[in-house]
Amino acid sequence: MCSILAMACNSSGCESGSCGRDKENGRSKVEEVKEESVCLKCKSNEPMKFGDGGSDDGRFCADCFRSNVYGKFRLAVTSHAMITPSDNVLVAFSGGSSSRVALQFVHELQVKALKNYEASRDRSLPVFGVGVAFVDESAAFPAALSGEMGDAVAWVRSTVLSMSPPEKDLHVVPIESVFALKLLDSVSDETGKEDLLLHLKMLSLQKVASENGYNRLVVGSCTSRLASHVLTATVKGRGYSLSADIQHVDARWKVPIVMPLRDCVWQEITRLCHLDGLKTVELARHPQSGINDLVSSFVALLQEENPSRECTIVRTAAKLTPFYFNKIPETDDSCVPMATQRRLKKFNLKYDGSMTTEAFCPICNGPLNGSDSSEGYHESDNTLYAACCSSCRFQILPQDRSSLEHFGSLLPHHMVSQAKHHQKVDSQTYLREKIKDCLLMDDEEAEAV
Amino acid sequence: MEASEAKSKKQGASRLCCLCNQRRAVLKRPKTLQQICKECFYDVFEEEIHQVIVKNHLFKSGERVAIGASGGKDSTVLAYVLSELNTRHSYGLDLFLLSIDEGITGYRDDSLETVKRNELQYGLPLQILSYKDLYGWTMDDIVKMIGLKNNCTFCGVFRRQALDRGAALLKVDKLVTGHNADDIAETVLLNILRGDIARLSRCTSITTGEDGPIPRLHTYAYFKKLDYFSTECIYSPNAYRGFAREFIKDLERLRPRAILDIIKSGEDFRIATSTKMPEQGTCERCGYISSQKWCKACVLLDGLNRGLPKMGIGRARGGVNGDHKMETKKPASATKSIESKKCGSLDF
Repeated sequence: MCSILAMACNSSGCESGSCGRDKENGRSKVEEVKEESVCLKCKSNEPMKFGDGGSDDGRFCADCFRSNVYGKFRLAVTSHAMITPSDNVLVAFSGGSSSRVALQFVHELQVKALKNYEASRDRSLPVFGVGVAFVDESAAFPAALSGEMGDAVAWVRSTVLSMSPPEKDLHVVPIESVFALKLLDSVSDETGKEDLLLHLKMLSLQKVASENGYNRLVVGSCTSRLASHVLTATVKGRGYSLSADIQHVDARWKVPIVMPLRDCVWQEITRLCHLDGLKTVELARHPQSGINDLVSSFVALLQEENPSRECTIVRTAAKLTPFYFNKIPETDDSCVPMATQRRLKKFNLKYDGSMTTEAFCPICNGPLNGSDSSEGYHESDNTLYAACCSSCRFQILPQDRSSLEHFGSLLPHHMVSQAKHHQKVDSQTYLREKIKDCLLMDDEEAEAV
Repeated sequence: MEASEAKSKKQGASRLCCLCNQRRAVLKRPKTLQQICKECFYDVFEEEIHQVIVKNHLFKSGERVAIGASGGKDSTVLAYVLSELNTRHSYGLDLFLLSIDEGITGYRDDSLETVKRNELQYGLPLQILSYKDLYGWTMDDIVKMIGLKNNCTFCGVFRRQALDRGAALLKVDKLVTGHNADDIAETVLLNILRGDIARLSRCTSITTGEDGPIPRLHTYAYFKKLDYFSTECIYSPNAYRGFAREFIKDLERLRPRAILDIIKSGEDFRIATSTKMPEQGTCERCGYISSQKWCKACVLLDGLNRGLPKMGIGRARGGVNGDHKMETKKPASATKSIESKKCGSLDF
């Protein structure tokens, strides 16, 4: 895990400054960049100047820069078996730069696969399918968004249309399709409200993915986004579940989430959009004054002081033990090519010592620490309260216990059932995986015992 | 929550303490949002510290315990409360005050006066150790040499060792420090920001260094002092910790319990077993505990004495701990050989 990140960042084309060479003490002055006359990597083309005041400007040519970023994407995809020939992949697209690049790269990967398919004689490897999902949040921010949303959706539609062949279905999901709008009003904490909305967004993505036969959900989270998440999770007391959220793969969901841009920094992504003319749309939100925004500003401040800080934060968090669901599960499905199955097995060998968990919080789907859930729990307590993690209890659930019943009724049915589904299925699968070499009986015989 | 808070603020003026219901409430605990009077605050605060001590089995009867005393608010409170509880609950401890003089003119002189007063007020014997005596350098000297960057690295490393050496001198069994929740939260954040996974795994422990020469204890004051009158070290504005401190102040305004949540996260982090962690050994030069050939204090001192202020700052790329051969040069200044003495065998 950590080595992949280091490898990616230390590759010769790394754009993220002094990543991998962390300066221990404070205020390092931005080193004066020598005027390079040739690309540092290919030593033939003229270096590209972005003029955005960021680090490492004017060191690599456009081609080398692009191939470096795409290279990190492709490395993540292949080494974690994120997208394989038999998969049907849904790309979560918000209109922002990160998901725009994710969509573009997935499309390029698909085009290449199609080319290979058409060129191959036996046509043994199918081309993976790609769909696009856009979550329409305007119901949650009526004043701010309703006007622009129509235009945004139209723009998304035309963008997806332009990315064929191969053709991609677009699914526009209104966020209120998974919950009652009064639910948000019941949350008094500003940050809790923002986080609940994120959880609901994921729920709607999961819903559209599983209802339309997708088996992978691509999310465009980049290093910078994850760095902020590391800090927000820490300050919300979510240190136990943090490692579950920042890996390349998150398979605790019905449709596993993959993050192929995890090793790319925001600066690279925006530069790439600029370079390739990838248009993005930024929807105005109502001002966010909670903890999430405070952390983003803090990280931006740290980045100014040291451009490789985001990388260091994620690298540190990557040293925390991941969970058993942080990998694509091995499968006996005959549709999956043997090469993929072998790669999965090989990769999963490294996962010895990953964390197991019995239960998940019904709201945020975070793995629960045994001691955490029993803290402050009394027999007479509402079952929702007992089932949630301490962070959701504080910032999302209503503080006065008498309103808990009503709040629970407003929660999407999926939230509770999703968690239950996983906790039963996956810990069994995990345990069986661990001991299968010692098992003498096959599945059916074991069941009968 | 916001609406009810505003409402209770308006009523606050005439509110009674919610614990004793007799006296007027004068403050609100960030941790529990209770409105309590001064006397109940003292009781609750002292009781919490007593509970931490008891639950974590921090002391045994008959032990000699040194209190790291800087004269600042935290250590003053610690000294007072500990000596109170020692009597009240009969811990049976032999308490001492241990103070370190870093040699910062205009800052440390004042706080040392406070410690000297504490000695008289609480009847606890005081031992003062100075950087000048231990290392041959005052912080003023060091700053003159290295400038205003990285001073906190030198001071922090030297003070940690100074406290241990002082504790050895006093022949104590335990050393107690007044680190509070804010300090620990800052440290957790700092270790995440700087990639120090080894420290991240240790920093929330209530006791450290069990196998070392003198075990050290961090007592959390779970409640923050309301009296914010503390002077900052004149050299501190440039410390990297300042980033974390500012952020935590802003965070606390939004959500007071966030500080304890950071500590909780720190305690809940599980480090991957595949991660390489440092092994504890001893310094070849002075015998202090160290994960490298030379302890950090020796590396820094060597750099100072040789006029190489950057040595020991940043990643080790050669030098003593990076080399295979080790130099055994005697320090140029400091005729006293205290720094080469093994910790625990210091005789004055």
